[in-house]
Amino acid sequence: MALIQKLPRDFDTHFLKLRKAFFVISALLVFASLALVATRGLNFGVDFRGGTLIEIRTKRVQDIGQLRSKLNALGLGAISIQQFGQASDLLINLQKQEGAAKEQATAIKKVKDALGEVVEEYRRVEFVGPKVGEELKISGILATILSLLGIGLYIWLRFEWQFSFAALAALLHDVIVTVGFFSLTQYEFNLSALAAVLTVAGYSINDTVVIFDCVRDRLRRFKKLEQNDLLDRAINKTLSRTLLTSVTTLLALFALFFFGGEVLRGLSLGLIFGVAVGTYSSVALAVPLLSLTDLRASQNKGEDKEDDPTLPKKDSTPINPR
Amino acid sequence: MLHFPRWKISIILVVVFLGIVFSMPSLLPKSLQEQLPGWLPQKQVNLGLDLQGGSYLLLEVDMAFAEKEQLDSILELARGELRQARIGYQNLKVKDGKVTFLLRDPSEKNITRVRKALSNRVPGLLVVDEKAAVALALSDAAQKERRRLVVNQSIEIVRRRIDETGMREPSIQQQGEDRILVQLPGVKDPEAIKALLGKTAKLNFRLVDQNADPNALRAPVGAEILLSSDAEDKRRYVIKKRILVSGENLSDARATFQEGQPVVSITFDRVGAKLFADATLANVGKPFAIVLDGKVISAPVIRSAILDGSAIISGGFTVEAAEELAVLLRAGALPAPLQVLEERSVGPGLGADSIMAGKVASALGLVLVLLFMAAVYGSFGVMANLALVSNLVLILAVLSLLQATLTLPGIAGIVLTIGMAVDANVLVFERIREEYHGGQKVHAAIQAGYKQAVTTILDSNVTTLIAAFLLFQFGAGPIRGFAVTLMIGLATSMFTAIMLTRLFVVLWLRRGRHSKSLPI
Repeated sequence: MALIQKLPRDFDTHFLKLRKAFFVISALLVFASLALVATRGLNFGVDFRGGTLIEIRTKRVQDIGQLRSKLNALGLGAISIQQFGQASDLLINLQKQEGAAKEQATAIKKVKDALGEVVEEYRRVEFVGPKVGEELKISGILATILSLLGIGLYIWLRFEWQFSFAALAALLHDVIVTVGFFSLTQYEFNLSALAAVLTVAGYSINDTVVIFDCVRDRLRRFKKLEQNDLLDRAINKTLSRTLLTSVTTLLALFALFFFGGEVLRGLSLGLIFGVAVGTYSSVALAVPLLSLTDLRASQNKGEDKEDDPTLPKKDSTPINPR
Repeated sequence: MLHFPRWKISIILVVVFLGIVFSMPSLLPKSLQEQLPGWLPQKQVNLGLDLQGGSYLLLEVDMAFAEKEQLDSILELARGELRQARIGYQNLKVKDGKVTFLLRDPSEKNITRVRKALSNRVPGLLVVDEKAAVALALSDAAQKERRRLVVNQSIEIVRRRIDETGMREPSIQQQGEDRILVQLPGVKDPEAIKALLGKTAKLNFRLVDQNADPNALRAPVGAEILLSSDAEDKRRYVIKKRILVSGENLSDARATFQEGQPVVSITFDRVGAKLFADATLANVGKPFAIVLDGKVISAPVIRSAILDGSAIISGGFTVEAAEELAVLLRAGALPAPLQVLEERSVGPGLGADSIMAGKVASALGLVLVLLFMAAVYGSFGVMANLALVSNLVLILAVLSLLQATLTLPGIAGIVLTIGMAVDANVLVFERIREEYHGGQKVHAAIQAGYKQAVTTILDSNVTTLIAAFLLFQFGAGPIRGFAVTLMIGLATSMFTAIMLTRLFVVLWLRRGRHSKSLPI
């Protein structure tokens, strides 16, 4: 017996009634994220700030404090050491050195020499020189802006401008809040984190388009229905699909978070948070934003093409009185 | 009636079959693989360096160095030619990327003589008359050509040096105008490789200027002050600038022992042997400096002429240093130093761990989603599950076919696709439910469901594809792998949801007595 038969066939939540609350929540989230980024800042990984990341596995569990002082005495700027997963795995972060790539390379050698026998194996070394760091930063920003623009353009082509505006607003909200999440948790913001942000944008728009599709469909079919009612019904109609897809995606992502290894942890957590935010924004932000515009402006007035069979049997009086 | 033309079914089955065939090499253990016939594809998925372990090095050719060297040699050339042509000059120096000098006699006739003396000696040399001064520089075309040659030669030398180390399947490519990307799978000690690529290894033999004082502030004209290559030896040498023999004329170099000490034994080619013989013959009793990268290794006194073109370089080497020098000399000198712009090295330990973690996460994610779908949608869920598994097989197949690189974030992309791929099916099922519970019969509901849902599936997937594509364009390294698997996954999931699940549903319909009620 499929569980789906037990689920309510139709939800009847009046989302648009709560739209003022949603707008406030969303605005707060955005402001909080921007404030976090401005004050706490992002924990930029080597990909963007340049510098070196060395992950080592030590023969025995080391006294991190001692190791830190030893390395800091090398005169290579502040060096941070932290545990990464199990106790014998350490992550060493070197700042970008003054000078060109040659100085960075010498710095790595110095550290390796200083560590010497302590290390059982060098798990990985990531070194990004200042030039490449700058290039990656610019690429990252470009990628994000172009993604948003590309998606906005596509929505405008497939739907009307009001949809594009609402979608972009929701996307911008998601991107900012996800970046804010990285600022809050101080998870390393490197290329993986950027991938998470862009994927969140992709997932969120995925969600949003499904609801928009339903809205567009109903606009065509029920010309007499009051706009906010129509939007509400559209959300409720697609809610089961929205929730189910979020659940399956989150199931996969949780598997990744718990079992995918340390290296993927930041990426998977960012994605989990992003999927949640993306789902929220599709339902509580994108569609209510549509309610601020007049979707019927370019439509011909006419009779309903058919009756919406799922509406309670009444005449077309509004469900929510204004 | 749900119409599924024969040809459509065939195409779907062929695609799925091909998918299985192409993904098998990656999925089957080695032992089973060997038993398969040879005409089946053998290509496995191309693992990224973060999964198989290895080093990724982005090097940049120091063009400024190469250009300075070029200007220096033009300067020395000018000095020689002007002297020979007895053209008076002064203030010969390098300034602002040009070699400039003042003419004692700035007449037209003299300038023509200068042009005659110099123009033909270097291809693309421009002799520019700037009032009383003359400026020598390479034309833009010549500079561009020279840059291209320098990069090509650098790539060749890098290739030779890496070949000497016996690295398997290195990848050396030019990136952009003056960058070289070196990818070395399975390298255990990236530091050794960086040391090998970090030295230009320019070897030359020059005379020591015995009349000059090494401790003076400046060297006399035509000579320069050089330090010893041994950091602990503070001796200074005054070495004549003129190169008698250079490392370009070496035909072989071997690390060996002499009197118990590690040394490098070198052999010149015919040209070099003659130059060497001439030089030693003319300078018996004088010290002969062996200069490597601007530092003096040693300056032994020439005891007798060496006519057989072989020599020993000794300079207090350790065994490793002698080995390294021999490799460098055999492979050749780099025209300009290489800078490491970016390095990503992953040890085999982390690589293996990552693969394991990726496998576990994928398997677990898959199982969870399969269970969930079967529980929620019953038999329809099972059909969606079959499509999902086919989806994964197709992703692997496409990766193998394209030989695209699978990285650790790429595996994350696959896991994400597992979660998102069912979305298309959910969309269809929900639509079918809506139609059915709205009063449609089973067949009509299914038909309408698919019809309505296809546009939505396309719209939502295209928008995600845009984001993934841009990530691919602007991302770098392992993250590109994430974008690749995401894009492939979205495409294949559209195929499996729209075509494959539909096929299963239609078969299910035709087979049974289900026409009366829908189990969802």
